[in-house]
Amino acid sequence: MERQNKAWTIFRYITIAIGLFIVFFPIYSVLIAAFKTKVEYYNSGLALPHDWFNFDNFRKVFKVGRLGLGFKNIFIILIVSLAGNVVIGTMVAYALGRFDFKMKKPIMGMYLVAQVIPMITTQVATFQVIKFLGAYNEIYAPMLLYLGADVLQIVIYLQFVNNIPKDLDESAMVEGASLFKIYRSIIFPLLAPATATLIIMKTISIYNDFYTPYLYMPSRKLQVVSTAIYSFVGPNASEINVISAGILIIFIPTLVIYLFLQRYIFAGVTNGAVK
Amino acid sequence: MFNFSYKTQRILILFGFLTIPVILSLTFSYYPALSLLYYSFTDWSGLGWEMNWVGFDNYKEIFSRPEIFGVFKNNAYYFVGGLLQTAVALYFAVVLTSRLKGRNIFRSLLFIPYVLHSVAIVIMFRNLYHVEYGSLNIFLEAIGLGSWQQQWLGNPHLVNFSLAFISIWKYFGLTMVIFIGALQSIPADNYEAAKIDGASGWQTFRFITLPSIRSVLELMLILTLTGALEAFDIPYIMMLGANDTHTFVSKTIDMAFKFQQAGLASAMAIVLLMIVIAFIILQRKLLFREEK
Repeated sequence: MERQNKAWTIFRYITIAIGLFIVFFPIYSVLIAAFKTKVEYYNSGLALPHDWFNFDNFRKVFKVGRLGLGFKNIFIILIVSLAGNVVIGTMVAYALGRFDFKMKKPIMGMYLVAQVIPMITTQVATFQVIKFLGAYNEIYAPMLLYLGADVLQIVIYLQFVNNIPKDLDESAMVEGASLFKIYRSIIFPLLAPATATLIIMKTISIYNDFYTPYLYMPSRKLQVVSTAIYSFVGPNASEINVISAGILIIFIPTLVIYLFLQRYIFAGVTNGAVK
Repeated sequence: MFNFSYKTQRILILFGFLTIPVILSLTFSYYPALSLLYYSFTDWSGLGWEMNWVGFDNYKEIFSRPEIFGVFKNNAYYFVGGLLQTAVALYFAVVLTSRLKGRNIFRSLLFIPYVLHSVAIVIMFRNLYHVEYGSLNIFLEAIGLGSWQQQWLGNPHLVNFSLAFISIWKYFGLTMVIFIGALQSIPADNYEAAKIDGASGWQTFRFITLPSIRSVLELMLILTLTGALEAFDIPYIMMLGANDTHTFVSKTIDMAFKFQQAGLASAMAIVLLMIVIAFIILQRKLLFREEK
């Protein structure tokens, strides 16, 4: 029994080592390539770079690939979409979670059904809506889509609202608080943990999104990070070291978020999937 | 401040809080889905508003042209990859919930690919798979397996495996963390009881762990299936569908925006929508049956 356990432990560590190797080998390749010169890259294989302070590739990718613009645009889109998502999500959850009215069931059902429609399949038609609204090739297009088409936040907020005791509302009403005040001073603050998880999950998914900016904002001025690196790769495909520097920069923001706020991300993925 | 009665306030709140979100959802989820259905029965090009009713012609075309419906075989690679990913993720979830030094660190490290930028990941793998200068072939050479070197993206028999692997690499950590969440919610008493009864490790897994996480396992399989059906950005970014790597969605996008056949593309989207919804209903039914 003792020996069997030992063998099992060794086996577990070996498989973990293999898993870690597979995860980190591609990342290692990018990391070393980003600091190598062109000649060095093509001659040195998997060796570490000579000079860890060779930032030429980074400068080049920022300038030619216009990554700065990409970061600026995605930042604006993120701020507006996230603020909108939090406001809309909490408002709808408050209205649906606290009141009984005729349209409650239909609206609830509407959100649940919308959740299962895969957005990518309806793009052909969504495209016409965006065009009709005059938002095509404008920065509003992705903002509108991230606000209107994604309903996950409402489902998550509803679960949280249902867990806030109704006594809190009632005692506030005894003291004469208006319903809007109850939403603003009781419900909204108590939803903070859900808001934190949601903001982090949405930041990652909007930052990573490719097809929305690609389809709706082809203009070069409106490039976000996804489309900037995508169009950069085309003509410069041969210079792997420069591209690697770009990849590395793009990896950093979500990686930093992950390192500091891992708890919320794990909470987000388990909540989103299991419930 | 507001001297309205609660009855009036209630009406104000309901209208104020729900009107805009409902309009947004109708505009960007329901209207597109319905108009998609309408377009699918027309010969619309996607430019201008000229369109003629053609009945089921588009649907007939989808099922009679093998180069359209046949691309589902490429989606199959992503499905098989997804199954593999689910199995490996379950193994690691079990290992990383068992008594093991450093398990929390390993869990955090294995999850990292999921948070990395999706387009950058695809480009990273494009470099990795490069025939001459890609790290993969260099690595194989270095450990004496030079004969295993491949044209990872050039070889038509291999390319879809190479692409499906990227998907495994990115999503494996996510599946693992979801399984870990499910495993941790199994009461420890069950395991104690099994230990007292003298169950082996495998028996414990088979008769306690697996049944307890069945609903999550089912959910993951459905997500694998729908995810594989909707696979799009990896082949599209990497290859633009070249070398027979089109998936059904990337073909649909091309049909609509490149070949100006929006009517046909709409019909393709409806077909996909129907398949996905059918699987989701099936899964809900399965879950429901269990609760009874």
